[in-house]
Amino acid sequence: MELLWFWMVAVMFSIYVVMDGFDFGAGVLHLAVAKTNEERREVLGAIGPFWDGNEVWLLAGGGSLFLAFPKVLASGFSGFYLAMWVVVWCLMLRGISIEFRSHVQDGLWRHFWDATFAGASVLLPVLFGAALGNVLRGVPLDASGFFSVPLWTTFRLGPQPGVLDWYTVLIGVFTLVTVAAHGALFLAWKTEGPVHERSRVLASPLWMGVLLFWMVATGATSVVNPAIFRGLAASPLAWAFTALFVAGLGLVFLGLRRQRFLLAFLGSGAFILGILAASAASLYPVMLKSTLDPAFDLTALNASVGHHGLRTGLVWWLLGFPLAIGYAGFLFRFHRGKVKAAAEGEGY
Amino acid sequence: MGDPLFWHRLQFGFTATYHYLFPQLTMGLAFLIVVFKAMGLRTGEARYADAARFWIKIFGINFAVGVVTGIPLEFQFGTNWARFSQLSGGIIGQTLGMEGMFAFFLESSFLGLLIWGEKRLSPKGHFRAAVALWLGSWLSGYFIVATNAFMQHPVGYAMAPDGTLQLTSFWAFLLNPWALGQYAHTMIASVVTGSFVVAAVGAFWTLKGLHAEQARLNLRMGTVMGLIFSVLVAFPTGDLQGKLVARHQPITLAAMEGRFESGPRAGLTLIGQPNVAQRKIDNPVQLPAVLSFIAYGTFSSDVKGLSSFPEDQWPQNIELLYYSFHIMAGLGTLMIAVMGLAALLLWRGRLDANRPMLWALMLAFPFPYIATTAGWAVAEFGRQPWLIHGVLRTSQGASPTVHAGQTAFTTLGFAGIFVVLSILFLYLIGRELAHGPVKH
Ligand code: HDD
Ligand code: HEM
Ligand code: HEM
Repeated sequence: MELLWFWMVAVMFSIYVVMDGFDFGAGVLHLAVAKTNEERREVLGAIGPFWDGNEVWLLAGGGSLFLAFPKVLASGFSGFYLAMWVVVWCLMLRGISIEFRSHVQDGLWRHFWDATFAGASVLLPVLFGAALGNVLRGVPLDASGFFSVPLWTTFRLGPQPGVLDWYTVLIGVFTLVTVAAHGALFLAWKTEGPVHERSRVLASPLWMGVLLFWMVATGATSVVNPAIFRGLAASPLAWAFTALFVAGLGLVFLGLRRQRFLLAFLGSGAFILGILAASAASLYPVMLKSTLDPAFDLTALNASVGHHGLRTGLVWWLLGFPLAIGYAGFLFRFHRGKVKAAAEGEGY
Repeated sequence: MGDPLFWHRLQFGFTATYHYLFPQLTMGLAFLIVVFKAMGLRTGEARYADAARFWIKIFGINFAVGVVTGIPLEFQFGTNWARFSQLSGGIIGQTLGMEGMFAFFLESSFLGLLIWGEKRLSPKGHFRAAVALWLGSWLSGYFIVATNAFMQHPVGYAMAPDGTLQLTSFWAFLLNPWALGQYAHTMIASVVTGSFVVAAVGAFWTLKGLHAEQARLNLRMGTVMGLIFSVLVAFPTGDLQGKLVARHQPITLAAMEGRFESGPRAGLTLIGQPNVAQRKIDNPVQLPAVLSFIAYGTFSSDVKGLSSFPEDQWPQNIELLYYSFHIMAGLGTLMIAVMGLAALLLWRGRLDANRPMLWALMLAFPFPYIATTAGWAVAEFGRQPWLIHGVLRTSQGASPTVHAGQTAFTTLGFAGIFVVLSILFLYLIGRELAHGPVKH
């Protein structure tokens, strides 16, 4: 049961990254790929119907974590206190910039929201990546089950780490590049004209960057937390997910070569899903690793709630999950085809 | 001020109060938009669809602010109330998780269709999108209210040897009687907010002599719905809330009423200031025996006063609790009067021409906002000193590793963001009001 919930939570968060990842990516790139007001509205129109639903994956994933492993949520959220709020503020500003931009037809107003949108979209993946870096690296959890880390200390690994050190920043930048590459494929798929053209041109170098950062990050991780690779080697599931993300990467390059952007976009989704799930599999059952003593690790077994709660949650989760997938599928179908910038007064 | 608990409480109270200004209109308008669309479908008249279109625009702006102010609340359980989350996550995580799965996905997926899909969908299809949004927002309300109800009146759980709370009965937890009562009261209150806002806009346009047809339609809808729901919010649902408090939180009832001594034939205080130091109400005006009747159904019932309880179980802020309750109930009475009068004039066909009444309707829209905010203050201050009533004290629920400096910083950050949000919100709403209804 704990095992199942570990995977349910991991899957929710991975879907979150795939889904919100493409609209983050669109935000990272939009100043570069969309120059005029119409082009910017085309980008916003492409992600507009989806972004809020995508973000709900974060909330629903957080809810699942809360329900099944409240100790992990309590420890992690309070331990990363300030970093959490920077994330939340960026999420708030980003949401507002998408929703409010097109309400007023004024150059200054729109420039302001475009910049806000881009800034928040860049900062968020870096922070989310750094969060993943912290999970991989470990945090100074002690016997109380709690910890506290400041935003940064010396940027070196050591007994007093910060949220940001060279390793977690590296993972953050890797995430940023990946998300941008993912977003480029989404835009290339959903748009036409100059936006499509520029996204298409950017996609290839971005994916070369992903490849490069992936190698560097893998090397760094093997230094920071060698146990992960032992876990990886021992877990058949991890092998399967590794195969998934390698296949995804293959699809991306195939899609790029053939100019089949939906194919490439699906490939990049599989890449993100696979790489996150493979990391989860190699960490299992540890959810929050202690740098002080492995005995203080929070694991799926020692941090979970009782079985009655888990079983109850499973029942409604199995009802809700297909619904959520169904809504997303419905939206993609309803908004199929290329987007066009809406007339003023309508759309995003 | 160096006490982290102070900042945690300030931050949560402040952000939750601010958030709730938006969802109450979301939930109220979602219902009224469904009514407009349904009437449009039945009569085939375009003016209903026009009215719905205008309110959907307002809804969209309001919803956006509701979403971004809701996200920090969800995080605060973990960041600020880590001990509480650790102990009770297995229970309240159920409803918070279900809210995401069943309500937020529904809302966020159909909002776009409602706002931008009118041209692409059939009228029936657009009506269905409105219904989906209404369901989503009211479901979201239920799950969050059920979460709160567990903190007010915990049921369906057992305490494990390690001190954590474990779910024992899902249905007892989900169908908590407190949740059912609180839900009825809050949802009806949200329709009151929606109705007052709709009526105020109708009155504003009428007074300005603008958009005559739409002005009349909004005025009528706002007044009729406003009267029905203002009555329902007081009776039976407000009354039921009072009885729940009397039964399960008698100390809170005593504090809300500023009642220090126990005894039968308890009077209902209409006017007076609680003087906690001397344990009395200054210059009271009371209706004799009415409190006994409201709380327990007979005039002779014994209503306990604060002095019957140990002082360490008293809510800490008796003054605020007392005033919040009296503001809510007082405004509730006033709102029934305002809407009753307006409905009478409407029935006589004189509302459009009665300028004082139109002024009153136009200026009355803050009343339900104030009453709901005061109502939450009653619920939340009344729950003190408990975080989970009778189970966990507020002082034991905060995050152990977060210090006051951090929380003070983020609280100030929120204050800044909320000021900016408020200005943007009012500016955008003002623009929509100035544009007026949108014809197709
Ligand atoms: C339009 C808004 C509005 C109006 C006019 C009223 N209420 Fe209310 N009240 C609320 C909006 C509200 C609320 C915001 O919905 C609350 C906050 C928490 C809750 O459950 O509902 C609430 C809470 C609340 C509580 C506290 C429950 C608790 O401690 O958890 C009581 C006892 C009442 N109400 C009773 C009344 C009575 C007797 C009213 C008579 C006129 C009344 N309310 C009018
Ligand atoms: C329904 C969901 C809600 C939940 C689960 C909830 C939970 C909490 C928690 C955990 C606290 C901090 C502990 C405490 O000081 O009591 C708190 C305090 C507070 N909440 Fe709520 N709350 C909810 C809704 C609201 C709403 C909608 C409002 C206001 C509109 C509100 C107003 C407050 C206030 C004013 C405090 C501070 C109380 C004090 O410091 O004494 N709450 N609430
Ligand atoms: C303190 C506890 C609360 C938390 C943690 C919370 C959380 C949230 C979150 C995360 C959202 C954004 C959802 C999205 O992204 O689509 C939201 C919106 C919403 N919340 Fe809250 N909320 C709280 C209090 C309340 C209360 C008391 C109610 C109603 C009784 C309520 C009703 C709603 C509704 C209807 C929405 C939809 C959009 C809107 O706000 O306009 N919330 N809430």
